[in-house]
Amino acid sequence: MNPTDFSTVLPEITLALVAMGSLLGVVFTGKDALAGRLNLAMAGLFLILAFWIGIGISGERTAFDGMFNDDPFARFAKVTILLSAAAVLLISQDYMTRRGMLRFEFPILVALAVLGMLFMVSAGDLIALYMGLELQSLSLYVVASMRRDNVKSSEAGLKYFVLGSLSSGILLYGASLTYGYAGTTDFSGILSTLGQGDIPLGLMFGLVFLITGLAFKVSAVPFHMWTPDVYEGSPTPVTAFFATAPKVAAMALLARLLYDAFGTIPGQWGQVIAALSVLSMFVGAIAAIGQRDIKRLMAYSSIAHMGFALIGLASGTVLGVQAMLVYMVIYVSMNIGTFAFILSMERDGHAVTTIDSLNMLSKKAPLQALAMLVLLFSLAGVPPMLGFFGKFYVLQAAVNANMTWLAVAGAVASVIGAFYYLRIVFYIYFGKEGDGIDARMGSMQWVALMGSALVMVFGIVNLFGVEGLAQLAAETLVR
Amino acid sequence: MDNLLSIITFIPAVAAGILALFLRGDDAAARKNAKWVALVATSTTFLVSLFVLAGFNPADTGFQFVEEYDWILGLKYKMGVDGISVLFVLLTTFLMPITIASCWSVETRVKEYMIAFLLLETLMLGVFCALDLVLFYLFFEAGLIPMFLIIGIWGGKERIYAAFKFFLYTFLGSVLMLVAMIAMYVDAGSTDIPTLLVHTFASESLNIAGFQIVGGLQTLLFLAFFASFAVKMPMWPVHTWLPDAHVQAPTAGSVVLAAILLKMGGYGFLRFSLPMFPIGADLLSPLVLWMSAIAIVYTSLVALAQEDMKKLIAYSSVAHMGYVTMGIFAANQQGIDGAIFQMISHGFISGALFLCVGVIYDRMHTRDISAYGGLVNRMPHYALIFMFFSMANVGLPGTSGFVGEFLTLVGVFQVNTWVAFVAASGVILSASYGLWLYRRVVFGDLIKESLKSITDMSTRERAIFAPLVAMTLLLGVYPSLVTDIIGPSVTALVTDYHAAIPVSGDAQMAKH
Repeated sequence: MNPTDFSTVLPEITLALVAMGSLLGVVFTGKDALAGRLNLAMAGLFLILAFWIGIGISGERTAFDGMFNDDPFARFAKVTILLSAAAVLLISQDYMTRRGMLRFEFPILVALAVLGMLFMVSAGDLIALYMGLELQSLSLYVVASMRRDNVKSSEAGLKYFVLGSLSSGILLYGASLTYGYAGTTDFSGILSTLGQGDIPLGLMFGLVFLITGLAFKVSAVPFHMWTPDVYEGSPTPVTAFFATAPKVAAMALLARLLYDAFGTIPGQWGQVIAALSVLSMFVGAIAAIGQRDIKRLMAYSSIAHMGFALIGLASGTVLGVQAMLVYMVIYVSMNIGTFAFILSMERDGHAVTTIDSLNMLSKKAPLQALAMLVLLFSLAGVPPMLGFFGKFYVLQAAVNANMTWLAVAGAVASVIGAFYYLRIVFYIYFGKEGDGIDARMGSMQWVALMGSALVMVFGIVNLFGVEGLAQLAAETLVR
Repeated sequence: MDNLLSIITFIPAVAAGILALFLRGDDAAARKNAKWVALVATSTTFLVSLFVLAGFNPADTGFQFVEEYDWILGLKYKMGVDGISVLFVLLTTFLMPITIASCWSVETRVKEYMIAFLLLETLMLGVFCALDLVLFYLFFEAGLIPMFLIIGIWGGKERIYAAFKFFLYTFLGSVLMLVAMIAMYVDAGSTDIPTLLVHTFASESLNIAGFQIVGGLQTLLFLAFFASFAVKMPMWPVHTWLPDAHVQAPTAGSVVLAAILLKMGGYGFLRFSLPMFPIGADLLSPLVLWMSAIAIVYTSLVALAQEDMKKLIAYSSVAHMGYVTMGIFAANQQGIDGAIFQMISHGFISGALFLCVGVIYDRMHTRDISAYGGLVNRMPHYALIFMFFSMANVGLPGTSGFVGEFLTLVGVFQVNTWVAFVAASGVILSASYGLWLYRRVVFGDLIKESLKSITDMSTRERAIFAPLVAMTLLLGVYPSLVTDIIGPSVTALVTDYHAAIPVSGDAQMAKH
């Protein structure tokens, strides 16, 4: 390790040191009394790191002999991950404090998970990929079962752990096959092996297993089974976290693997990704119709959204990757607002998550109801909300890559999907008068909800410049 | 006044924003203020839109009042009107103050109601002004949201079912259009409508999954757009959402739906389907003509059997829209002139008919035809106005309803005599359901106890109908008011259309 390597990973090292330092610090001092302040401090650190990575660094660098890449693509994903993680910590504070759930482990585990994600999106080697992925996953298994006195939470953690380990195993199997046939774990090495003509069959198997392992992490159908249970069982702040940052990281990692290591054969993996995408969109849309619990519904919603993001990846072009990145940013900003609202749902001080508890919210809290209306239509992809432009972007990428059938499938799935978002609107606006939720919101949640809704409306003016950044990121990845 | 169209389009949205942000409380005064703000905003929009009419040069067949700014994704914010769209803009701005005035007696959640209508007006105007494909789609689709809420919140008993059916039906039609639009973007490299109007899309036969597709890309694009506009129009057999939506919507919602929202389908055919995919349109026009003829006869027969006044008028709307599609796909001067005329005139007439139903619904809270009878005894003014619009709906010469039906029939007669023959029978059928409805509601003895104390129209109600009566009569006796404005643009459209169709089209032109 030379000084250049060190300076390249400085943001990550900072985060690691702070996470471990605060762990030691809290254990030695006052335990949970400091949790609230630690939570805020961690969110602050994420924001600082996001600015540091986003604005302070430019160009392309590699460290540790190509194990770690620092390029616009990685930075785009990192900033998204850091900002969404910070937002989740902020909107969770109120919920967790009021329920006595705010233990000091939470921000620290989230920080470690984020650290794993930062390494994932920068990975330039199968070993680095696996390291980042496992750091993230292990932290997530623990936060999922954070309410250890709650059966559902423990169940969620266990389920997530068992299925997650299975997927890690599959991923490792794919990685070892790839290593066996390519003779290297280095992405650029694999790429040059592929360039030498005949592609060994074993390498293709390796590729498929790698994709399978990552499909678990992005919860693409048919590897989505864990998602609804884990979303439902985990404490809501954890669900909010699952729905945002890890999805971005896994999607970015998938893109990096496919382009950096297998970029010369997009035809081979394009079909696999397209199949995953179509299945995810339809299963996500259809299975969500019958849901009564808003967290389960959001799980299926995220499955469907991952399907749409995969369209971008399947098209195998710069425009496709750009579309995927923009889609993920829009998806994350919608979900932050939606989860801020879900976190505020309670009746007589108890958290509720059934959809029918939203009955006639529009009478009790017109402003919050309106913001949710905007977010739900945005999630459904109805113009003029920003969510529509995310869909437009990926569909355009598909048509551009001569995959019109994929675009048509996406369009049809979005109509089916619109139904269950409309059902929530139905409860909020047309429902019966009854005992609904208390409509009280913490100030952070209120700000996140309103901010997210405003972004959905006013983002259509220029997407806040995300488009250009995403293009730059996509161009560095797809060469 | 470079941004005249944007100003018109966004005045209502700004008013909606003001209402949302600054109007507090839900007492009588606040409700009244909300209504006044909405009325003033829509009236201002109408007055400003008169500048467009004044500055519009009918002889110029290109787009006028064009404004253009760059937007995201290589798209453009581009607005403009030509002879085909300018009157729809005027129709919208003209009808909205009337619509707002008609819901003066609404007392539930008035602020939200007004906001919904104001936003809806912005979106409808945007549809008619947009000169960018995606901008058009944006306005076209976004209009579903306020309408969904209007039906769902302020609608009748079955409002939930109707609202969902309305939304999902039209949404499904539209997303296919979205894919087609993206395909056009990829093919032509632009979403600029004037550019696309002169771009020729490939029409070589394609072979997709073993199916030979004559007309190739053009046919596919045509079908995708057709899916959307046919639902919106609505054409038989995808009209079933309309009766439900109309019956459950509040009066003002029905008025907007019938008078303006339905016209988006016809406008879409004229703006996209005919000029951009002439070969596809030519291939499928016999099918569309027959669908229109079936629609006219079938829905007229269905209207005869209705027990609910609004449902009857809704089916009558479908029948009248049949004339519009028929005229459009006759693709000659008379046909298209007639189709546009019919759309404008139907905007006044159907709007007025729904208002007529609203007048007695407000008093009796039922729409059952059997609950009425003999209204002429207590409501002479109402009887007169209802008769006038029933006659206009039937197509009595001297009213605007006649001109549209006549022109479309003349147009289609030159193309397909049998279709014209079948469609003309719809004129008789429309007379039968229209007059029969009128007889059952208005004539006869006033025997029902509940009707004994019914009061005639108030001054406000009469004032609402006055402009509609005036326009219906004016256009009926002096139709060139409309045809002079649309004529040159329609001529250009018809000429380009026939020039784009290879052999058979030329032969058809020579025949005339």
